[in-house]
Amino acid sequence: MAVKTLTIDGTLLSAREEQTVLQAARDAGIAIPTLCQLDGLSTVGACRMCLVDIEGTGRLLPACTTRVAEGMVIHTKTERLQSYRRMIVELLFAERNHICAVCVANGACELQDLAIEVGMDHVRFDYLHPECSVDISHKRFGLDHNRCVLCTRCVRACDEVEGAHTWDVAGRGTAARVITDMAQPWGTSETCTSCGKCVQACPTGALFIKGMTVAESRKDRSEIGFLVTAREKKQWVV
Amino acid sequence: MGQRITIDPVTRIEGHAKITIHLDDAGQVADARFHVVEFRGFEKFCEGRPFWEMPGITARVCGICPVSHLLASAKTGDAILAVKIPPPAEKLRRLMNLAQIIQSHALSFFHLSGPDLFLGMDYDPKKRNIFGLIEADPDLARKGIRLRQFGQQVIALLGKQKIHPAWSVPGGVRDPLSDEGRSWIRDRLPESKATVIEALGRLKAVLDQFTEEQLSFGAFPSLFMGLVTPEGGWEHYDGHLRFTDSEGRVVADRLHERDYRSFIGEAVQPDSYLKSPYYRPLGSPDGMYRVGPLARLNICTHMGTPRADQELWEFRDRFTRTVTGSFHYHYARLIEILCCVEKIESMIDDPDLRSTHLRAEAGVNNLEGVGVSEAPRGTLFHHYVVDENGLIRSVNLIIATGQNNLAMNRSMKQIAQHFIKDTKAIPEGILNRLEAGIRAFDPCLSCSTHALGQMPLRVQFVGPDGTVYDEIKRD
Repeated sequence: MAVKTLTIDGTLLSAREEQTVLQAARDAGIAIPTLCQLDGLSTVGACRMCLVDIEGTGRLLPACTTRVAEGMVIHTKTERLQSYRRMIVELLFAERNHICAVCVANGACELQDLAIEVGMDHVRFDYLHPECSVDISHKRFGLDHNRCVLCTRCVRACDEVEGAHTWDVAGRGTAARVITDMAQPWGTSETCTSCGKCVQACPTGALFIKGMTVAESRKDRSEIGFLVTAREKKQWVV
Repeated sequence: MGQRITIDPVTRIEGHAKITIHLDDAGQVADARFHVVEFRGFEKFCEGRPFWEMPGITARVCGICPVSHLLASAKTGDAILAVKIPPPAEKLRRLMNLAQIIQSHALSFFHLSGPDLFLGMDYDPKKRNIFGLIEADPDLARKGIRLRQFGQQVIALLGKQKIHPAWSVPGGVRDPLSDEGRSWIRDRLPESKATVIEALGRLKAVLDQFTEEQLSFGAFPSLFMGLVTPEGGWEHYDGHLRFTDSEGRVVADRLHERDYRSFIGEAVQPDSYLKSPYYRPLGSPDGMYRVGPLARLNICTHMGTPRADQELWEFRDRFTRTVTGSFHYHYARLIEILCCVEKIESMIDDPDLRSTHLRAEAGVNNLEGVGVSEAPRGTLFHHYVVDENGLIRSVNLIIATGQNNLAMNRSMKQIAQHFIKDTKAIPEGILNRLEAGIRAFDPCLSCSTHALGQMPLRVQFVGPDGTVYDEIKRD
């Protein structure tokens, strides 16, 4: 097992060569905000929350998909990065209808936590206020596109962990939507096993247990990581 | 040439409104109108949401009486689920509604109308507010504020927050009352009871100073509506609906909320965002009815608690069996607070309040539901139509204040005609009486008290062609 030494925010540390910058930073107790990343799932680097500044690369790179390398000098909290992170969160809020006060996930939402973490006291962009539908045709679960941030954690959890591949993303840009099977009501999906992994993986109130009321959703987002560790390493770590 | 006087905004009420006084060619008051100038749009933007979320969303209609919407909405949800909720959940919902009536009535009586009642209608307008009352009578003001705190704290003990708790849900409630919460409530009950009894004494002592107001603040015959128990007693959460007339005759009884469209019509006025419901069999405006504390006292046979019953008998002895003067909404409000405190007293040791089986679970069993509750200001209806999955297709809300709209308008005309003798020189105190006439109904036009005694009052004399002839300002 080869070890690389690198510097993150002025701290000299070592990491295994297969680790990502995000994993190395976390092992060293250095927090980098994330949204689309979830332990146990593949990384897609989609949300750009974990962008870091690596000296000599000339561009910002997502910590979740970038492997460590010998001699890397990484900055995770520059003024530029912090302003970008705040802008990303503001754009997420502007793109859909995130109404925390009446959301099932209020108080247990990763987007809400991020807004607090990046100091988003207001949104500088015009809200798009898109017309978004809610699908509660499934017997046990509901999908609210108003709250979706297109992180694709549901898509990956369903494909990689459950193996059902019920979820996908259809459309492009602001018209993109997560879909079940052939863009049909979730309740009519033939592939959905009703396991609920997508709901647990969802960072916001976009996927929820049917019948939940305001601020009642409390998800166990470590469940996916637990299952994957159990399956791959035969370790049941609770 | 006809003229119009505008009072904009009306202060010390919850929300934004204005009053216009229309003068005839001879300069006499021809009419007066109460306009609600806010538009909220709740009935529209709730469409498409799961009905389970509706209590949390509609509670946001108001920051003073969120519990009323919470309960009416949860009851509508119960109807869609077609369940009878666990009895402990009903008791807990009742407890929260009693607390809400206490806190809202205390706000209306002490904070908003107390300055008019105890400082006087003609008191210096700069000090005719809760701060002036604190200065003039700190003991009374402190007690009133603590009474409101009592109600607010009971709500917080149950729902984890004073304002907008999302605690009552379709099928029941989320949490029971904790032992600590029960002890806190028990400890504060004696003080709350003593405060309301003292306030009743103080109000009775000043009634003689308001003889003109008693005669003119919406003193006219009308119907009254509200919930009563199966025996005809005072009710605030369930039971059935009853209409009585100003002679105390029961006009309609044992009405069920699901049939509300058969007995309530909703008229729309071109100059106000507030709808004007009326008793359908009589049409509008003959079907004008009043709701709220005075209506509830008029339609019931008894309150159901010892001290409140005594006060009700005295109230009826002092005036008439059916009290038609809207000035006495204040008096009725206090009797209701007393009744609520006594009802909490009698239920606080019920072991059911600690139950953990509080929620009936079911799917969508009805595509339509109507829920009703008595808000502090009067009867509140929620009506939802959902699709087979439970997404809202349409919403209709009938708010207490709307049901008093016709009566409030008629009160404005009565007050204006009674007090305005010379439209060339209207004393500020007269304008305040117009506002106080509105305050007696304790209208709740939106969601906060941000207008609490601090907003400027503007009165304009406007000709039919829109020309402003004169303007009086109060900062």
